[in-house]
Amino acid sequence: MSVEIQVRVNGQPHQSHVEPRTLLVHYLREVLGLTGTHVGCETSLCGACTVLLDGRAVKSCTVLAVQADGASVTTIEGVSGLNGSNGGLHPVQEGFWEKHGLQCGFCTPGMICASVELLGKNPNPSEAEIRHALHGNLCRCTGYQKIIESVRYAAAKMKTRKR
Amino acid sequence: MIPAPFEYHAPKSLEEALRLLDRHGDEAKLLAGGHSLLPMMKLRLAAPRFVIDLGRLKGLDYIREEQGMIAIGAMTTHAEIENSSLLRAKCPLLSETAAAIGDVQVRNRGTLGGSLAHADPAADYPASILALEAQMTMNSSMGVRAVDAAEFFLDMLTTQLRPGEILTEIRVPALGKGTGAAYCKLSQPASGYAVVGVAARVTLAAGKLAQIAVGVTGVGPKAYRAVNVEDALRGKKASEKLLAEAARHAARGVEALADLHASAGYRSEMAAVFTRRALERAVARAAGTKA
Ligand SMILES: Cc1cc2nc3c(=O)[nH]c(=O)nc-3n(C[C@H](O)[C@H](O)[C@H](O)COP(=O)(O)OP(=O)(O)OC[C@H]3O[C@@H](n4cnc5c(N)ncnc54)[C@H](O)[C@@H]3O)c2cc1C
Ligand code: FES
Ligand code: FES
Repeated sequence: MSVEIQVRVNGQPHQSHVEPRTLLVHYLREVLGLTGTHVGCETSLCGACTVLLDGRAVKSCTVLAVQADGASVTTIEGVSGLNGSNGGLHPVQEGFWEKHGLQCGFCTPGMICASVELLGKNPNPSEAEIRHALHGNLCRCTGYQKIIESVRYAAAKMKTRKR
Repeated sequence: MIPAPFEYHAPKSLEEALRLLDRHGDEAKLLAGGHSLLPMMKLRLAAPRFVIDLGRLKGLDYIREEQGMIAIGAMTTHAEIENSSLLRAKCPLLSETAAAIGDVQVRNRGTLGGSLAHADPAADYPASILALEAQMTMNSSMGVRAVDAAEFFLDMLTTQLRPGEILTEIRVPALGKGTGAAYCKLSQPASGYAVVGVAARVTLAAGKLAQIAVGVTGVGPKAYRAVNVEDALRGKKASEKLLAEAARHAARGVEALADLHASAGYRSEMAAVFTRRALERAVARAAGTKA
């Protein structure tokens, strides 16, 4: 038995019929074709599937699509459209580019979404605060140091943009 | 990995949720934040025929002060508890505990009621809920009842909640001057769950430990009050030596769990270490000297 849901994804309203057991990550990837959100562990541990649900970082492999009914979702495809980025790269994306915050890139969409939430709540995080905020996101390539530098770059960039 | 098929219900009121629960009995599962239930459903360790989502209910998500107590709705998320200015000012132990759970994404979804109802032996809140002597309110179509935290946890994954009941509210005391509390935890590095977690609450009067409550999670099949530690401290003057000696009793009489993360012996030893740390921090906070 399918259920009707209405979800705004990256600013676009969508009306869909889904089976209740459909996970949000599969809805985004398979129904909407937004494959930027990755499936890593499928067991709620790696954070590769992180998206923003009403502005909050969540692991989309551990949320049902029906739980997102009526909500707004931002995936990596929509991050550049968030306020202040004017359609170009979001400062967090730019940080990952400039500071080499990725190698294979598998963890990156989740890392960026989690970092966007952090900088929204705390525009000037310390290294310890960045590590605490990204605790739920695993990276097998970078050793994290470059990711921390990327987020710090973004924080500095966002401050100058506001001025 | 996807759950087995189920019929989804999203009641808008508590009454409707209770009616659905009565109608579907043990074929139904309540869904709160889903961060214990959905992983189990994906692994097919749980396959309920009906899922009743509490996420659309109005009025189970609040933190407010009432007659010297702080009342928290069961659907309040870990992140809301971590960041609540009311709790940080009046009952910081609970915010400190919430901040120690899993990671940001887990805290954004998981709820206080869901964690307590699930009663995972490695969950963080039970230690603090016991140390705070919290009260749990449960609703059913028959009415409302409340139990003390000490009676709530029965066994591994088993609580006082009866079929047809929903945990609706948790009440914790506002901590006054002279009272200090702390939660100290040894985390399992991958998931963040507590290998050992200890919450201590102490009240100092004329330099002595007038009131003391210690809750321990992670060590045994259910969280418990470390009464032997409390008895060794009550009425005495706090010193580093006394706290360390009392902490040795943290796992006395408890059959410690053993799994791939920690042996029973290691868990018992860490229970003593983390009890000492929590006590030291709680005493320092009660005395108004940092930590
Ligand atoms: C990667 C990961 C790491 C985690 N790390 C930690 C950690 O470090 N510490 C920790 O304590 N927890 C941890 N958790 C668990 C997390 O805190 C869960 O959110 C919590 O255990 C369950 O809360 P929930 O709201 O998600 O409940 P759900 O998963 O929705 O429900 C859990 C159970 O409780 C029942 N239930 C829910 N609400 C009610 C209610 N109001 N009345 C009656 N029954 C109800 C449900 O039917 C279900 O059986 C982790 C989880 C994950 C996925
Ligand atoms: S795929 Fe969701 S947390 Fe790993
Ligand atoms: S860049 Fe490869 S996993 Fe992070």
